Amino acid sequence: MEIIVCIKRVPDVSEVEVEIDRTGQGIEETDLVYGINEWDNFAIEAAVQLKETHGGRVTAITVGGEDDEEVLRRAMAMGADEALHLKDPAFENSDGYGIATILHKAITARPHDLVLTGAISGDVGSGHVGGMLAAKLGIRQVALATDLTVERSRATVRHEVEGGLERVVELDLPALVTVQTGINEPRYVSIRGIRKVSGMEIPVASASDLGLDPATVGREGARVITEELFLPPRGEGAEMLEGDDEEMVDTLIERLREHGGL
Amino acid sequence: MSTRTILVLVERTKGQLEDSALELASEARRLSGGGPVHAAVTGNGLGDLPGRLTEWFDQVHVFDDLQLNEPDGEATAELLFALIDRERPWATLIPHTNNGMDLAPVLAVKADCPLIADCLSLAATEEGLSAVRTVYGGKVHARVTARATDKGFIATVRPGSCAADPTAPGAGGTVVPETVSELLVPHRRFVETLIPEAGAVDITQAEVLVAVGRGIEEEENLEIIKSLAEALGAEVACSRPVVDKNWLPKNHQVGTSGLTVKPRIYIAAGISGSFQHMGGLKGGPFIAAINKDPAAPIFGVADVGIVGDLFDIIPLLEEKIRELKG
Repeated sequence: MEIIVCIKRVPDVSEVEVEIDRTGQGIEETDLVYGINEWDNFAIEAAVQLKETHGGRVTAITVGGEDDEEVLRRAMAMGADEALHLKDPAFENSDGYGIATILHKAITARPHDLVLTGAISGDVGSGHVGGMLAAKLGIRQVALATDLTVERSRATVRHEVEGGLERVVELDLPALVTVQTGINEPRYVSIRGIRKVSGMEIPVASASDLGLDPATVGREGARVITEELFLPPRGEGAEMLEGDDEEMVDTLIERLREHGGL
Repeated sequence: MSTRTILVLVERTKGQLEDSALELASEARRLSGGGPVHAAVTGNGLGDLPGRLTEWFDQVHVFDDLQLNEPDGEATAELLFALIDRERPWATLIPHTNNGMDLAPVLAVKADCPLIADCLSLAATEEGLSAVRTVYGGKVHARVTARATDKGFIATVRPGSCAADPTAPGAGGTVVPETVSELLVPHRRFVETLIPEAGAVDITQAEVLVAVGRGIEEEENLEIIKSLAEALGAEVACSRPVVDKNWLPKNHQVGTSGLTVKPRIYIAAGISGSFQHMGGLKGGPFIAAINKDPAAPIFGVADVGIVGDLFDIIPLLEEKIRELKG
């Protein structure tokens, strides 16, 4: 089985004071720690587990610059057999549609029984790429998978729907599945594991390698453009307690009491 | 001023009309500039629902068919594509739900329309469709514009972010029955719908919930949360990362992919406050948030907030509550 997993490197902003940069269209990147997009980590694990069960090959693909190669190495350390780095200045500032366009060109040219993506990304969070890529490839897709098994040429997918419900569906391969967190327990990647794959050659493909008109991707080809970023009003509505821990907890208890919580 | 045709996908869950339907009807009305507002609704045996929707929409396109008994993103995308192709709306609005996330990207490629996902607000501008949406886990807002095309726009809109008009505009719309062809069948084969098992505790009935998120760091640390809940006579709830790690069963998860709860008091410890989590919290509870990140989005929706280390705050809170209760 040929499995393609599309991944992305994103900054971890969970405990960081994010600042808007001078262009007003990005965030200050100097102090940010980058890593694999959380959803994509589960997608890689799902791909590797399927390969371990059924045999075949896992290829990890990312669209990005020089620094983004690290997530491909990480995927290989987790068990991906091959990687492909789609890199071209023309790809910069692509929107979700542009990324799907680039990935489509790369994936349509190679065998693909199953394509996996993370359901969303921790930075843009649009969740566009998977569904758009599937539609461009002309293959079936299902979003937000919480379980995935393959039997011969058929995938059985459990996925999240409304009201806390999950639905189980079957799709004929080739298909694309976007992966939700919690679908598995991604394996630990040791420094030794990364070192083992550090010497492996990762092929790079540019717009011209893919036969892609640069005007259809990047900022120029974007269908949705970011005008400005701004910080939402902080703590609007919330009474932010002050003082030391003792004082804050005392006030909190008072508030809980006022609202009938004690 | 030009008028615009707006199409809204009306969603139902377990047969019930979602709040998003009326929110989107109202938002569509504002965007339309007096133009017609259409609805599309799918299902099997929709009964009087299409008629009720004519209060809010000028045209209600009804796809009522045995094949649509179980909602299917691919099938819905196909039906909407045909409708967009025929009616040529300026914009199509879809609730940003699991279902909307499943179908909108596919639809956007089929219909060749720019798509903006997870919008908090929308505006028609000279350049096209402008929207505010969140990026970086809700810590940053972005104003984005979808460039005008001759195909129209698609936007998925976060439930609860647009206000529904208090009363129906009395649109006096018409119901338009639509035919559903058989080509829907081979897309996905429905196997079953899974309903989360009820556990020993039912957090949906709890008056007071102590909820914990990623900030708890380790499974063993859950003890301080359980202990506080016990002191308060509360139940323990959590956000997604805790369930992803199997530290608590799924029936403790609050959110759009978990359970909907309606407590009076909600204490959120180490929870950033993603919209997926907050979407499961209804009934306007008093929310107390404890988080070490002063920029955590939870402080934007909480009533009272403490920026601090939950490993200090929670045990101290428990100790003082136990003292009070003697």
